Amino acid sequence: MDNTITVTQVIPIEMYVWLSAALFAIGVTGVLLRRNAIVVLMCIELMLNAVNLLLAAFSTYLSDASGQIMVFFIMVVAAAEASVGLALLVMIYRNTKSVDISFLNKLKW
Amino acid sequence: MTATLFYILALVSVVGAIAVIAARNPVYSVLCLVVTFFAIAGQYVLLNAQFLAIVHVIVYAGAIMVLFLFVLMMLNLNRESEPLQPTLIKVIAVASGGMLLLTLVAALRGVERIPLAGAQDTQLGLVKNLGRLLFTEYVAPFEISSILFLAAMVGAVTIGMRSKSDKREIINHL
Repeated sequence: MDNTITVTQVIPIEMYVWLSAALFAIGVTGVLLRRNAIVVLMCIELMLNAVNLLLAAFSTYLSDASGQIMVFFIMVVAAAEASVGLALLVMIYRNTKSVDISFLNKLKW
Repeated sequence: MTATLFYILALVSVVGAIAVIAARNPVYSVLCLVVTFFAIAGQYVLLNAQFLAIVHVIVYAGAIMVLFLFVLMMLNLNRESEPLQPTLIKVIAVASGGMLLLTLVAALRGVERIPLAGAQDTQLGLVKNLGRLLFTEYVAPFEISSILFLAAMVGAVTIGMRSKSDKREIINHL
């Protein structure tokens, strides 16, 4: 093995857990805080990335490549989700001239 | 050096994420999210997941964020048109987000006791290794994800398409 210091030797795994938890909580806060539907979608992307980071970290710490494959598939689903979600938002904007989520509350009942 | 880099990247990603939800102008939100994504790509490089780092930059910063920026500019959303929550809802949202963080931290407190593999494989995150795994063990999900992409593409085009009456209206308007 080479002599370079890898991140697994100096950073304990729980640092990645705390970082991911913080990013995920910020994403949830954003979903609750914002009324602009596009920013809400961006906060969902942020949550997906927090989970991705944790999967990649555990994959490296456990020397198991399956976690990184899972991250790859999550990225695929996130890209599909973002494209369909944005198409829906453009359609909603075209009909209502607004992307305010509190305006779009008809599905609540 | 590695530890310093980790803490700098962690700080940048958290500050960027907070800026995403705090910025009034949605365009600034997108730009802060790009900064956060680059910091996360840096974390992937630190974790020896080079393939993920490259894919992350290409897919997120290159494709998804450009899509968001395009839609924001197409809909002409800016600070003036930004809808705001009432202050009470804002306080409740931040409080519940903080409580979620507290719960996560409390629930994950014993995570350092997980037994981790001793010897690290530095070749793990390279394209060669992941590609072999992706096309042998995970070939079925890989093909299914291509069908998912086709469905998403057709769905996005169908949803975004204007109806015939709309088109006639536009032509009459011209």
